[in-house]
Amino acid sequence: MSKFLEAIQENRKSILQDWVQRLKSVDRRRDLLDDRELDTDAKNVLSAIADVPAGTLPEDLNAAGWQPLKELLTNLSVSRAAKGFTPSETAIFVLSLKPSLFTVARQQWGKDAGELFLEISAINDYVDKLALHTTDSYIHGRDQVIARQQEEMLELSTPVVTLWDGIVALPLIGTLDSARTQVVMESLLQAIVQTNSRFAIIDITGVPTVDTLVAQHLLKTITAARLMGAECILSGIRPQIAQTIVHLGINLEDVITKSKLADAFRLALERSGRKVVRVDKSNGANTTSPRGV
Amino acid sequence: MERIPILRMGNYLLVTIQVDMHDKLALTLQDDLTNRIIEANAKGVLIDISSLEIVDSFIGRTLANIASMARVLDAETVVVGMQPAVAITLVELGMSLPGIRTALNVESGMEYLRETVEDHEESDGDFGDSTED
Repeated sequence: MSKFLEAIQENRKSILQDWVQRLKSVDRRRDLLDDRELDTDAKNVLSAIADVPAGTLPEDLNAAGWQPLKELLTNLSVSRAAKGFTPSETAIFVLSLKPSLFTVARQQWGKDAGELFLEISAINDYVDKLALHTTDSYIHGRDQVIARQQEEMLELSTPVVTLWDGIVALPLIGTLDSARTQVVMESLLQAIVQTNSRFAIIDITGVPTVDTLVAQHLLKTITAARLMGAECILSGIRPQIAQTIVHLGINLEDVITKSKLADAFRLALERSGRKVVRVDKSNGANTTSPRGV
Repeated sequence: MERIPILRMGNYLLVTIQVDMHDKLALTLQDDLTNRIIEANAKGVLIDISSLEIVDSFIGRTLANIASMARVLDAETVVVGMQPAVAITLVELGMSLPGIRTALNVESGMEYLRETVEDHEESDGDFGDSTED
């Protein structure tokens, strides 16, 4: 059994001093973390190592005695991931503990080469495990951030806007995949029911590419809207997309397509028996001229 | 036996599906409705499925069949109030029901029926007048 844990407990103060000095000397992010926080973090980690219950083996990090230390490291790396530290910067925090422990090992067992080698390899192993755990937690923390952002994007990406009484529009922005199309389809159909709209305009100006899959998704949405009794108009088709659609052999014959959202809106107004006219200025701004109506 | 009521409103027949459709019920409706179209000399049929929450390929096909049969019997059919979930299910099943006319609710469905049926009658009337002349 290695004895370095006892050595850490005995030399706690000097190790902490040495470690903090090392942490401050390595290239680190003063803009993200000030000295006081760094001191507190180092102190907490070292006391979690030193105050482990007697008889806990450093070889087995899954032992119950190491739980507080692991939790501490997890919280630390998750918070550092959120602050914008890189994975290596986070790992260096733990890894720089190694030379400080080596110094202590040398003082303790410097005279016996065999003993010194055993202790140093045990320390090496132990600190590496801690560093790996830190990196794992860091990545886990990053994954959580990414997942949350994805979720938020999905919610933000499907705004259904009411253009007029009975006319809704869905401006699509970004690439359409199956998961997003499902959300888009559901929110559009829901909006049609809620607003009692007979016309729905799907604007794809912000969709960078249209492949067969995206076209199929669009056609499904349009068919579903038709089944519910609403008419869909597809607008915002850019020249490249028109070329792609024809080259891919996608059949949009049954769908009303317009190049601009304004044209689609005008068509929807016409179909619902409305018309937009210019107000004649000479007869006053508030009254429409007989000719204009 | 369970039946779906068919109501008559002037020249039109009104069917409101308030229960979950099962296969036998759908077939009974198909029988009853075709008989009633002849009896009542109906010009339009409105099927309200706003309470229908579950649909399968058989029900979808039966709806399409009813619409086709009604057209053969010279009655316009309009299906109204389809729920978003039902519409998505039908599309995912590959049933776009191209022959069926749809509307958002009973009101706009009735409006559509009145417009088309009156158009037909007017054109029929014109045709009749011209032959008399």
